Amino acid sequence: MVYGIGLAKGMGVTLKTLLRPAFTVQYPDRRVGVMGAAKAAGISTPGLIFKRPIKAFRAVIGLERVAVRPTQSTRFRGNEFTWYEERCTGCASCAKYCPLGIIKIVTSPGGINVQEGESYAIDTFDIDIGRCMFCALCVEACPYDALHMGSSFERGNYVRMDLVLTKADLNAQAKHPSTWFRPQMEARDFSPFDDVIDDMKQAGRHEMPSVERLTERWVEDRKTDQAEDD
Amino acid sequence: MNGFGNVSGARGLTALSGSESPPSPGSEPGTVDMMVNMGPQHPATHGVFRMELRVDGERVLDLVPHIGYLHRGSEKLCEHELYSQIITLFDRLDYVSNFNNELVLVTAVEKLMSVEPPPRAELIRIIMCEFNRIASHLLFYGTFAIDMGAMTPVLYNFRDREKVQALFESVSGARMMHNYFRVGGVKQDVDADFAARALTLCDDLERGVDDSDRLLSENAIFIERTSGIGVISGEAALDWGLSGPVLRASGVPYDVRVEEPYSRYAELDFGVPVGSAGDCWDRFYVRILEARESIGIIRQAIALMEPGETMARVRQIARPPAGEVYAHCENPRGDLGVYIVSDGGERPYRLKVRPPSFCNLQALRDLTVGHYIADAVVILGTLDIVLGEVDR
Ligand code: SF4
Ligand code: SF4
Repeated sequence: MVYGIGLAKGMGVTLKTLLRPAFTVQYPDRRVGVMGAAKAAGISTPGLIFKRPIKAFRAVIGLERVAVRPTQSTRFRGNEFTWYEERCTGCASCAKYCPLGIIKIVTSPGGINVQEGESYAIDTFDIDIGRCMFCALCVEACPYDALHMGSSFERGNYVRMDLVLTKADLNAQAKHPSTWFRPQMEARDFSPFDDVIDDMKQAGRHEMPSVERLTERWVEDRKTDQAEDD
Repeated sequence: MNGFGNVSGARGLTALSGSESPPSPGSEPGTVDMMVNMGPQHPATHGVFRMELRVDGERVLDLVPHIGYLHRGSEKLCEHELYSQIITLFDRLDYVSNFNNELVLVTAVEKLMSVEPPPRAELIRIIMCEFNRIASHLLFYGTFAIDMGAMTPVLYNFRDREKVQALFESVSGARMMHNYFRVGGVKQDVDADFAARALTLCDDLERGVDDSDRLLSENAIFIERTSGIGVISGEAALDWGLSGPVLRASGVPYDVRVEEPYSRYAELDFGVPVGSAGDCWDRFYVRILEARESIGIIRQAIALMEPGETMARVRQIARPPAGEVYAHCENPRGDLGVYIVSDGGERPYRLKVRPPSFCNLQALRDLTVGHYIADAVVILGTLDIVLGEVDR
């Protein structure tokens, strides 16, 4: 065995990687030069130098930064849930399926739902995302496509209670539903990072079926279930 | 008595009983055996694990492992969860190879219910599991090198593991706790360009594994530190109940994928790399070869993939008949088994996990005694334990 060969080989790999472009992403922002700053501002490089010399100078001395968003899959299960009140019937399937039991729902008679017509009004809908593990079982359980995972991962807080998403929070926040377990959104190339779905009709898998169709489905389901039980 | 009390106690070290008597004629004058406590917060123990070492200078005379710092009562917890909810708990057993853990649970429940998942779902599962095996081994190469003071390899390995996790994210929506396999198939079909991306990733990983191989395997310092350290014979390994790469490094070609093929492994053609010496170097190199075999398996599985269903027709809330079942699969760390007793309800009556890390850890004392302290870290590194699985 000749000593030093291993060292040379190891250094060879290191050298090769030195010449490759960097793989690391600088998050949440990265430093840019003059050209990068011009591109971020949407003007040509000479334009930036002549029209906004201060910005160009800052870029030269390394003070200009642009925001970076890491590439994420559209199926990413993020932490701000997207919930459509009009779609929700208050059936509490999501609350029952959650392994941690962190969804709290209180209902009273007299609400309206796009698919079922008359249903319950939701008085409370709290999700404690401080304890959530983002398994998306609640999303799977929802028969009306009212609940979707979100796509963000930035939710630093000083107070734990701020991590409880209340009905008001869910209604107020921008709706960027993740495409996880929502094939209808994947089918039309929906990107949660660029688009917002405020219209609850677009988020669902199906529009309100006719009463005949619903009855038919129930009868079918019952038949297959009974066949399985036997 | 000179009135200063216990001298070794004043130095902050615990002398063993009997050490205050004059040293016996055979040993070096003036030395005492020392207890050294490694962990639970020690970077080299790969988690919350404590080793109590009795050392004579640098030599390890005795080693007592202490576990249980990460005990979360997973097995008991499973008795209170639906089968589909248990999958999320299994993700958290061996948190570096989540897909392989999920596979074992769904295989067991499917066996109990006599459900046959659709062929496409089985192939997706195999591809995910093998990618996860490579990701887990990549992490091993890196952390193992860190155990020996080499900081560079882990950076390359994390780069490649990152690519695997990006693929996982695009399939299952999560980078680590996937919750993707279901009793009867997988939750959602992969997207259209999955095969192309997976094949590109295979090429990348091949290069990544080669990088690790070139950085470490033939490195003179690496060989000095690993060869002949922590040797265990094939027979002894079987007696201890070791499994996975640790067993195969000792020359026993036991792999559950070959011995008792589950899923569609019987249709795939792959080799089972074995070592000969059973030392730390073999345990490392077996994992390099295994990662290459996994890449081959993925390529074959992608070629076999055909469009179709990804879910058998089972209810979302699985309700297996009363009875009991044992299923085991080849995890990156070894033979992971799960034993389920069902009373016909939606939740298991009792669930027991046979964790490979836990069984492999038993051999640590035998492997380590007689070596230096620094080698204890290397030997623990090659056992590649994950404490989430040891303590459950
Ligand atoms: S993602 Fe999982 S843990 Fe979180 S609320 Fe939904 S079911 Fe519960
Ligand atoms: S499962 Fe869906 S419809 Fe039912 S309460 Fe939850 S969010 Fe509303």
